[in-house]
Amino acid sequence: MSSGEVAQMMRLIDETGAVVGDGATLPAPEALLDGYRRLVLARRLNEQAEALVRQGRLAVYPSSHGQEACQVAAAAVLAETDWLFPTYRDVAAIAARGVDPVDVLVMLRGDWHCGYDPLATRVAPQATPLATQLPHAVGVGHAARLKGEDTVVMALCGDGATSEGDFHEALNFAAVFASPVVFLVQNNKYAISVPLSRQSAAESLAAKGVGYGVPGVRVDGNDLAALTVVLSEAVARARRGEGPTLVEADTYRIHAHTNADDPSRYRADDEVEKWRPRDPLLRLRAHLTTTGALTSRLEAEFAAAAEEMAAHVRAGMGGESVLDPAELFAHVYSTPTPQLREQAALLAAELNEVRS
Amino acid sequence: MIQALNRALHDAMAADGSVVVFGEDVGPLGGVFRVTDGLTATFGENRCFDTPLAESGIVGMAVGMAMNGLRPVVEMQFDAFAFPAFEQIVSHVAKLANRTRGRVRLPMVIRVPYGGGIGGVEHHSDSSEAYYAHTPGLLVVTPATNTDAYGLLRAAIEHPDPVVFLEPKRQYFTREELDPEPAVPPIGRAVVRRDGRDATLIAYGPSVPVALAAAEQAATEGRDLGVVDLRSIVPFDDETVTAAVRRTGRAVVVAEAPGFASVASEIAARVSERCFHHLEAPVRRVTGFDVPYPPPRLEQHHLPGVDRILDAVDDLQWEIA
Repeated sequence: MSSGEVAQMMRLIDETGAVVGDGATLPAPEALLDGYRRLVLARRLNEQAEALVRQGRLAVYPSSHGQEACQVAAAAVLAETDWLFPTYRDVAAIAARGVDPVDVLVMLRGDWHCGYDPLATRVAPQATPLATQLPHAVGVGHAARLKGEDTVVMALCGDGATSEGDFHEALNFAAVFASPVVFLVQNNKYAISVPLSRQSAAESLAAKGVGYGVPGVRVDGNDLAALTVVLSEAVARARRGEGPTLVEADTYRIHAHTNADDPSRYRADDEVEKWRPRDPLLRLRAHLTTTGALTSRLEAEFAAAAEEMAAHVRAGMGGESVLDPAELFAHVYSTPTPQLREQAALLAAELNEVRS
Repeated sequence: MIQALNRALHDAMAADGSVVVFGEDVGPLGGVFRVTDGLTATFGENRCFDTPLAESGIVGMAVGMAMNGLRPVVEMQFDAFAFPAFEQIVSHVAKLANRTRGRVRLPMVIRVPYGGGIGGVEHHSDSSEAYYAHTPGLLVVTPATNTDAYGLLRAAIEHPDPVVFLEPKRQYFTREELDPEPAVPPIGRAVVRRDGRDATLIAYGPSVPVALAAAEQAATEGRDLGVVDLRSIVPFDDETVTAAVRRTGRAVVVAEAPGFASVASEIAARVSERCFHHLEAPVRRVTGFDVPYPPPRLEQHHLPGVDRILDAVDDLQWEIA
């Protein structure tokens, strides 16, 4: 693939569920069926988390409703030894990677900054400062390469993050060191309230790879089949030692930035309505129903599994979590400094006074 | 000091195959100050290599490499050139262990040649220690002698936590015979460089030789001044500092950074809180002025010198004692 130009957007299944072209590159029916099962789980997780916010169980939730194909594909194409670098909007991707969603939501519940073990799960903590996790992804990949391991790193960010300096530094470093990194930009058209037209005057976000010698690929971000093919090839390319790929997924943030956001101040309802028929679940369901792969029995099975997952999340978020104030001081350094020990004693004494 | 630092890097890389060195011009050139001289030749370009010119990228990549089992030692070419990496240092290097409840530790070192007194043009002479010291999660050390430069750098590289290693470039060209096997001091311990009965000078990095010179001068004038070299700003050695000040009852903090909201201010406050009943006079600070670092031909007016230190000592209410 030439790094000098960006090809036309890749799409394999259109909005009616029909196959585009001859279907030669379409993933196997079983893979698509499993992808659909994962989409159902991801959608249900988004819905459950939003419900938990309304009930006051979560402080905030940035939903990926409408972007679930990107979430599922980003995780599904990775091997167990690979790494995922998610942002705050990628809860569903982390869950798709196999991390217990209850652990993922620890951050948004406000208990601690990261509730899962990044080394055990090979999922970095969710980044909230934009694009800052991308140089880390390059570092993990470069370290793997120096150690002779064939690890690949999937680094996620949004359209807004492509304006940040760290996005550019990460692309450049990855290219220079031929780091095994796949950069997946979920172009959902808004950085909170600022539309893509105010974010970039480039022909496409994938085109930003050109200046760094990184191949840029555009893909329909609501087409799980196309995403699977494009991301699998980018991962394989990285694993072969051929360096990074920049993938721009064309998608849309159907819901607000978070529950604290009011999208009516910056976008019209009819714009959102235009994207609803392009929903990644509707499209794949239509396709799989037409081919006969998705039976009503399977559909019911998938829905039941999603309900079971949602019940697990509700149970995990339902009780009052017990937090230890002493933990404030426990992880700042490998051994607390004398000053932190003094401050821990001060807080402990305060808490004893309150109790007595 | 350059030779001591260079030897520390050589020895650390020979001792531990996971130590990697990278940054701007640190490869075949050996760094603009030659601190990394010979590392690429000795250990190969996978162990010591040049990067694109982007400090945030350098520190960010080091974070990822430390996450994946290596021990990166990165060079920021000059103090003020580290500022593009500030977000990476403050939001990620300092916080990752805490964010992950100690599951992900970052054994990495950020080397920063810092401070003035070398006739550098602007952006080449900043004292940036307060920014790092103010950030929980970072260790901040600065050697004042060549032996400590060796030992503290070895200790920093071996430490499980991230260390900002501030190298006083004013002392880069001082020569001092190193022991065949120099001591490796623990990070977090100050050292008394000179015992004194009358007052205690508290200094670190480039200000230690100035404080020692002031003590020499004071001795000829009949005042016996002690000098404490912090070596480690974070963790701060309250024990050594407090004991020294309690012996003399008087203290002057010497540092070349602007004094407002500075490390010197923190030291003065800590000493006042802990030694109040032993003090014969308020703790004084002798620091750089609260101005952007001056042009080379004016820097001697900015930097605390022997006279300014001795004037401060003279002000310590000797008539009341």
